[in-house]
Amino acid sequence: MGIGKSIVITSGKGGVGKTTTTANIGTGLAMLGYKVVVVDTDIGLRNLDVVMGLENRIVYDIVDVVEGNCRLKQGLIKDKRYESLYLLPAAQTKDKTAVSPEQMVELVSKLREDFDYIIIDSPAGIEQGFKNSIAGADEAYIVTTPEISAVRDADRVIGILEANGINEPKLIINRIRHEMVKRGDMMNVDDIVDILAIDLLGIIPDDESIVISTNKGEPVVAEEKPLAAKAYRNICNRIVGKEVELLNLETNEGKLSKIIKLLFNK
Amino acid sequence: MDLFKAFGKNKTKSKNVAKERLKLVLIRDRSDLSPRFIEMIKGDIIRVVNEYVEIDSEGLDIKLTRMKREYDNTPVSALVANIPIIKVKDNYK
Repeated sequence: MGIGKSIVITSGKGGVGKTTTTANIGTGLAMLGYKVVVVDTDIGLRNLDVVMGLENRIVYDIVDVVEGNCRLKQGLIKDKRYESLYLLPAAQTKDKTAVSPEQMVELVSKLREDFDYIIIDSPAGIEQGFKNSIAGADEAYIVTTPEISAVRDADRVIGILEANGINEPKLIINRIRHEMVKRGDMMNVDDIVDILAIDLLGIIPDDESIVISTNKGEPVVAEEKPLAAKAYRNICNRIVGKEVELLNLETNEGKLSKIIKLLFNK
Repeated sequence: MDLFKAFGKNKTKSKNVAKERLKLVLIRDRSDLSPRFIEMIKGDIIRVVNEYVEIDSEGLDIKLTRMKREYDNTPVSALVANIPIIKVKDNYK
């Protein structure tokens, strides 16, 4: 044992989908049969619990675990639907200094013994909380959206990760609006990959189903139909080493509405 | 103008504007070098190259960018210089 892989999900900019991505990758890997723990390091602004739908089950949190107020196993919350999925929630009433980078390294090394994947949700920014979140990580996935501000912050984070010995982070481009990309009003996948010069892990369309699934506290990846669910399943398959083609964002609905537009000259 | 837009011939697509602005801002973000320092490097490069060839100093482009190192694909910062040559100086032909 002791072979689990730790991956930090980070972005620099807030609101680009780190927590949603963490929840969906964690759930998706559990669906593939792996033992997974998702860790919320956003102390003071905890949210992974509500996205996972586990907010009512929290007794202890990450600060309790590192301070020894409870055993590690007591701090872990079992998922509602997937046996092999656990959440370690952030503390809501403490601040970022409640955990140190050394404590994070120790925590992750303990989690490695019991889990195949440790998925760490990083807070926005590049301050202490971010530094804690990357301290125990083997790898990093950068989440960005096709906007100047998000890509700029992603670039900054890539530089900081490399300075901290986390090389070759992988890129997830979130909230792509295919129609806007086609019109030339949104940067496309190649534009962003060229600029950031890191490998692409996956793309996720802007999809209403994400909002709906977050409302319900059930990560979208478990649903069959939404395109975003397929996008997250593809990412999970790539993480475990399968080769999966890049998602085609051209939806049937899009094609149909185009035909209608042509027919009725709208 | 509207006619051009209607036919999709509008060349200044907003994503291209975004891309150009992003590239420029990242060059500045990525370097700890001040613009003055870049100007100094530029001046020195022009002086050295000018000894051998006549260069078009108007078309000269020196910038800090990011690319993958060839042998191991590690992303690194790179100083890229594009120096248009007008002609090789006579005494070096």
